[in-house]
Amino acid sequence: MSKFRKKGGKELPPISTASLPDIVFMLLFFFMVSTTMREVTYKVQIHLPEATELSKLEKKSLVSYIYVGEPLLQYQKTFGVAPRIQLNDEFATVNDIQDYVTSEREARAEDERPMMITSLKVDENTKMGIVNDIKQELRKAAALHINYSSRRRAER
Amino acid sequence: MARKIPEIPSASLADIAFMLLIFFLVTTTMDVDSGLERRLPQWVDRDQLDETPQINERNIFVVLVNRNNDLLVEGEYTNIDELRDRAKEFLANPTNAENLPEKEPKEIPYFGEVMVSKGVISLRNDLDTRYGTYLAVQNELVAAFNELRDELARDHFGKSYDELDGEQQDAIRDVYPLMISEAEPKGKNVGGN
Repeated sequence: MSKFRKKGGKELPPISTASLPDIVFMLLFFFMVSTTMREVTYKVQIHLPEATELSKLEKKSLVSYIYVGEPLLQYQKTFGVAPRIQLNDEFATVNDIQDYVTSEREARAEDERPMMITSLKVDENTKMGIVNDIKQELRKAAALHINYSSRRRAER
Repeated sequence: MARKIPEIPSASLADIAFMLLIFFLVTTTMDVDSGLERRLPQWVDRDQLDETPQINERNIFVVLVNRNNDLLVEGEYTNIDELRDRAKEFLANPTNAENLPEKEPKEIPYFGEVMVSKGVISLRNDLDTRYGTYLAVQNELVAAFNELRDELARDHFGKSYDELDGEQQDAIRDVYPLMISEAEPKGKNVGGN
């Protein structure tokens, strides 16, 4: 009777996992193409404000970033909780901005320099005083094209 | 007879690919950077500051944001939801009202002679204003311009502003030039860092 068939007689062949690497590679390529490398390690907390009239930053190579926000928890002991500016990977002060803009400009090809954009990534709870100082410094450095980074809000 | 080459084990290939995948998942970000694009005015030295042309009172749309994030538009407390419509009304001035900005005729391709408003939006914020509020106000003002341009594009070309070609967009931009001027903020200079 079939009920008492000998155990282990007809074992299922092992499922082939040969296609698994292919699937994973596909995922990998998807992520490689659709994402961007993180440029800097954030040392400040940034919760971007919301807006509707956004334009995309098309050419990443033309963009330089200025981050403003409260220092992260592990830096609060040394830097306090007041919003601070971060340029590249370091905390900076308002006075460093002109040098930063100049060095960013130097790093670009000459024909691209007029198209440069400065993107301000500012936490929405920051006071405008510090943002104003930054804007004045940018004006002095003649980096007039700016972009207030923000998240997309659903249209009312 | 040649000996059969044993098959290379490929079981670890998946693991390697997974490791790469996880590396990319961790080190990259998905979000596309976008934001509100603006142009700052050229830096002028203090001694040249007095030469700025005087603008007629009716041509200025004054928006003030105070330290408590309240909005004062043309001397009235205003909710931020009403700002866009007020700005649009000011800029378009469809009835040529006395208290709204003057217009001057200007020759513009595709349109011929158009009455272009001399209106300027003046935005002033306090040093203690929240950045989020400031950006919301900026957003509403830019939205007012964008809506006006879009309406004009639909009236004149039957297409939305985004679908027009470069020259047509330029023409529409000439009819509604983006005029937002930001005054130096008032208030005690707290400096930041």
